[in-house]
Amino acid sequence: MIGSLIRAATLFLIFWGSNVIAMEVLEFKTPEDQLRYRILTEELRCPKCQNQNLEDSNAGIAVDLRNQIYRMVNDGQSNEQIVDYMVARYGEFVLYRPVHDQSTAILWYGPFALLIIGALVFVIVVIKNKRQTDRGA
Amino acid sequence: MKKLLFFIPFIAFVALGAVFYQQLGKDTEYMPSALVGQQIPDFKLVDMETDAVVNNSAMPNEPYLLNFWATWCPSCSAEHAYLGELAEQGVNIVGVDYKDETPAAKRWLAERGNPYSLVLLDEMGHFGVDMGITGAPETFVVSATGEILYRHQGVVDEAVWKTLKGYMQ
Repeated sequence: MIGSLIRAATLFLIFWGSNVIAMEVLEFKTPEDQLRYRILTEELRCPKCQNQNLEDSNAGIAVDLRNQIYRMVNDGQSNEQIVDYMVARYGEFVLYRPVHDQSTAILWYGPFALLIIGALVFVIVVIKNKRQTDRGA
Repeated sequence: MKKLLFFIPFIAFVALGAVFYQQLGKDTEYMPSALVGQQIPDFKLVDMETDAVVNNSAMPNEPYLLNFWATWCPSCSAEHAYLGELAEQGVNIVGVDYKDETPAAKRWLAERGNPYSLVLLDEMGHFGVDMGITGAPETFVVSATGEILYRHQGVVDEAVWKTLKGYMQ
């Protein structure tokens, strides 16, 4: 019993240790920069493996772009500058949070339009039913 | 009128079906290039042959193909022979050796033939990022004035060349 526990603990330590080693070690000037880097790599999409963000992806290009973002963050460039840099090269496609413009209007406002239509239908049906029951009574 | 209301789910179903049907068979990996219609970004890269640093002025003064390749890339190996055929037909192809080791790249061209009028070394991949590439091979059609007209991701073969050719005029 104790033997198997020790074995499990050892295995855990081995795997945990290897994970720590596999992590990239990046040094930032300030904790804010580190947070900015994390948010940017989470919100930018990997152009190669399209259902992953830059942070999750291990594609060669994602690694390059992460390094580029790291450099730009450390250079003191603003989030806006970094996002513009990416959009200029890979298009608005790389934004996981699409911009508000004509081509994305349905995406942003469609659900609200549907909600309003649904609410209107609901109200009309309720009023009609009420009238009918009033008449019946 | 009331009966028509019952058909709303059916109509919605048909509409959605039509939308999804249109998407069938489309290449989900396809991504339009953000650079089409723009000039080749400014670069300073080493010319493989002369070892000299060159910039945009080294590019051909006629329409050409800009081909990103590397010795580590299996698809580049697959398209190499066809690029050779195109070069023989007189198509001007500029190669960018993307994130590669130069000695290996030189060996590759010596062994398989060199279809490129100019080979630029992009060891760090910075020019690749400026061109918005996501891997290799990728091939751009560039006009005589340096405007990017078209981008193709993946192997160039006869079918792809038909499309590229249309942009070369």
